[in-house]
Amino acid sequence: MVTRGFTGRQYGSEPSDRIPPGQHLVDNFPVLTAGPTPRIEPADWTFTLKVGPRPVKAWSWSEFNALPRTKMTRDIHCVTSWSKLNTAWEGVAVDDILADACLGAPTPFALAHCYDGYSTNVPLADLAMGKAMVALKYEGQPLPRDHGGPARLLVPHLYFWKSAKWVNGLQFTERDEAGFWELRGYHMYGDPWNEQRYTND
Amino acid sequence: MTEAIAATARWQSCAIVAVATRTPAIKSFFLRLSEPFDYTAGQHVDVRLTAPNGYTAMRSYSIASTPSDSKVIELAIERLPDGEVSSFFHDVAQAGDTIELRGPLGGHFLWPGPSNKPVLLIGAGSGVVPLMAMIRYRKASGEPVPVALLLSSRTWGDVLFRDELLELERSLSDLVLALALTREPAMRRTDFSGRIDDRMVADVAGRLPVPPGCAFVCGSNAFVDIAADAALALGLEAGAIKTERYGA
Ligand SMILES: Cc1cc2nc3c(=O)[nH]c(=O)nc-3n(C[C@H](O)[C@H](O)[C@H](O)COP(=O)(O)OP(=O)(O)OC[C@H]3O[C@@H](n4cnc5c(N)ncnc54)[C@H](O)[C@@H]3O)c2cc1C
Repeated sequence: MVTRGFTGRQYGSEPSDRIPPGQHLVDNFPVLTAGPTPRIEPADWTFTLKVGPRPVKAWSWSEFNALPRTKMTRDIHCVTSWSKLNTAWEGVAVDDILADACLGAPTPFALAHCYDGYSTNVPLADLAMGKAMVALKYEGQPLPRDHGGPARLLVPHLYFWKSAKWVNGLQFTERDEAGFWELRGYHMYGDPWNEQRYTND
Repeated sequence: MTEAIAATARWQSCAIVAVATRTPAIKSFFLRLSEPFDYTAGQHVDVRLTAPNGYTAMRSYSIASTPSDSKVIELAIERLPDGEVSSFFHDVAQAGDTIELRGPLGGHFLWPGPSNKPVLLIGAGSGVVPLMAMIRYRKASGEPVPVALLLSSRTWGDVLFRDELLELERSLSDLVLALALTREPAMRRTDFSGRIDDRMVADVAGRLPVPPGCAFVCGSNAFVDIAADAALALGLEAGAIKTERYGA
């Protein structure tokens, strides 16, 4: 349905094949969080890998920082409709976390858990094979607290609520279990190219 | 809740039945739903505008009206400089136009429902919109929940829903209202001048009969961070402080 009188800020020369349907470009980096911004000192930070209820391995900040580093530059897409191109991240690939714990493919699904009680579900297939990392740096700098510092999950090909801020663990699950927003009306998978914003999209 | 959202989050066309200028920068748009839905105070809708060549722009707007209202919902939209969608609403949209929207959306920033613990609301600018829905709901439902609203605005003239809030303060004995004006001296003894800080939040919370059981904070990200930290300083658990950030 055409909206009377609307032409919009169209992206004449922009690479529109990089902007998923319903999204618009921003230059800034908006922040969306459901509660207060947590304060976590690196000295108090730990990251725990679980299979079901069972902890498999835990890393302190310095142990985690000693794992192999990966860099990726990606476009990111927030469900509130902004997209940002060419964001540069550095961190530890989920593959390297699994390797360090001597785990192959524990189960087909995972939940990321966070310091503020947030959680989100992501299939293993979307975490492994270089697709996702636990990011420690953004644009060459330690991750700002607002954006999830000291560490956040980065799953850039899914809507950005899957890239959980203040992450402190990954839990592998037999079934695909809904996380915080997925229990509150948001899509279980969240593919921006298929506009999977809300539960039945 | 989840089912309700899933079942109703379809796009629908809505007629603008009225437009009201609320402040120099904020207008209210009253939209008649073609597929009415039930919603909870605090929820939002997504609005989609489509250009003749198929280009679309989508943004989220909180619902200002109380759920007990009719098929007409109110959105209050602030004009941002060169804002793609807000400028369209301010400069082009008028009564009789049709707008596409889907909702209700958001399953977290929600009026807590029956409970007699007081609720603390902290907003800035257009961030009062979902808080207004809660206050209107509180009045319409008659739930005996004391509510305090601390609202930051630039000037007296920029206070969104000012006259209605002043009237509600008079008519609801358990509503505490405090305005914080950032670019003007306070107009009333119970108001503040300056930006919201821990002291103001503690002062307003202290006017409730007992400490609040939860807080809702809405506005720009920078504002929300300060106000949410002030709510933490009151002793509220992080999980009892819900925030809605309008982005940048
Ligand atoms: C859950 C939720 C609820 C909300 N509720 C409300 C509400 O009740 N009322 C309300 O007013 N808002 C609300 N918002 C904010 C709203 O969704 C929009 O973000 C806001 O209206 C701005 O949209 P816009 O298209 O006008 O501005 P945009 O075009 O998105 O731009 C935003 C700002 O950035 C600048 N900008 C960004 N990119 C460019 C560019 N490429 N070129 C030039 N300038 C640029 C603009 O000048 C403008 O100042 C809500 C947001 C959320 C997430």
